[in-house]
Amino acid sequence: MNMPTKSKLRIATATLAGCFGCHMSLLDIDERLFELIELAEFDRSPLTDIKTCGPCDIGLIEGGLCNAENVHVLREFRANCKILVAVGACAINGGLPAQRNHLSLSMILEEVYHAQHGLVDGFIPNDPELPLPLDQVHPIHEVVKVDYFIPGCPPSGDAIWKVLTDLIAGREPELGHGLIRYD
Amino acid sequence: MSQNNKTPHNKNQATFILDGKTIPFTEGQTIIQAAMASGEYIPHLCFNPEFKPHGSCKICTVTANGRQAASCTQQTQADMVVESNTKPINDERRALLQMLFVEGNHFCPSCEKSGDCQLQATAYELNMMSPHFDHFSPDRPLDSSHAEYLLDYNRCILCSLCARASSDVDGKNVFSLAGRGIKTHLIVNAKSGKLADTDFTGDDKAAHVCPVGVIIKKRVGFAVPIGKRSFDEHPISATPHPKVRDV
Repeated sequence: MNMPTKSKLRIATATLAGCFGCHMSLLDIDERLFELIELAEFDRSPLTDIKTCGPCDIGLIEGGLCNAENVHVLREFRANCKILVAVGACAINGGLPAQRNHLSLSMILEEVYHAQHGLVDGFIPNDPELPLPLDQVHPIHEVVKVDYFIPGCPPSGDAIWKVLTDLIAGREPELGHGLIRYD
Repeated sequence: MSQNNKTPHNKNQATFILDGKTIPFTEGQTIIQAAMASGEYIPHLCFNPEFKPHGSCKICTVTANGRQAASCTQQTQADMVVESNTKPINDERRALLQMLFVEGNHFCPSCEKSGDCQLQATAYELNMMSPHFDHFSPDRPLDSSHAEYLLDYNRCILCSLCARASSDVDGKNVFSLAGRGIKTHLIVNAKSGKLADTDFTGDDKAAHVCPVGVIIKKRVGFAVPIGKRSFDEHPISATPHPKVRDV
């Protein structure tokens, strides 16, 4: 007799203004990926190359918000994911990209595209398809409600695994000494 | 003193209760001093046992006989009932830490002090998973004028330990807190405002008391790698007298 198959959890992941390091850390759970794939399937993610997020149980967001497209993707995730998790320093406090926050955007664009040594006839890219940069880089909790946070640059595979397994088991995620790190 | 006090200590010594434990104290000791002497950890940032208490960061707040007090300034009294490690107090401490994180620019991954930083270690201890509030992203230029030391004002939490060390121990008054309220900031006592124009040296006590990553010795930043530092090995609660390691 065929037992009804238990439906798998759906997980979506995205990188906003990040470096994909947190996704590399997700892959650092190594052979536990097999265990994860028994319990969950991936929706939108750089791992699946699916471009839009459908209804999901867990959304993992790496990176902060540095342009309008980041905000759009984040809102899509928030609208579709029952549980939204900020993964890594950039999602949590803006991280390295946020180190531009005390400078004016126009000054940065001027410096990068016009003033720097060796730029001849440089111009600020203005293709309409390019998302507009924000004046400052923001962590994601400044724009949407975030349910859980996994700090670290990047968080270790073990830290990500701990939170994922806690969530899947219905426990309140908890990182102890050694797993909670900001660096 | 109550008759049924089960203190294992000299029965003539006065005691108080900290989170249900009987702690001995001597006349004039503050709550945190007596707690530390018994190996008990009360989270703190601006307190350093070598210096007069400042009572400004409020991380060490406890309830003493039901009233909130900074345990670094509140003197202990016999039979006082003190609560420290409780959810409501730790929730308030975490909120204070979160405010410190968003007021400055605390980018741990690129900070030379990461792993040796008391702000970071205290945030780990209190399970601070996010800064919660909106970031101020203040503009605070560095001072790299001194040959041996760098000042990164982005990380200052206004504990005043460098100012206290410089005036009380070094007799120099190199550092001071200026401004009021949200505009309070660390300054260097020179006409130019630059560290190079003071008599500050690496031998000063002030060079070795910063609990965060403001006063940084140059050219040794990552000599001890991330992952091998004080609070990587033990949580701050297991090192109640954390020494500030030069990084």
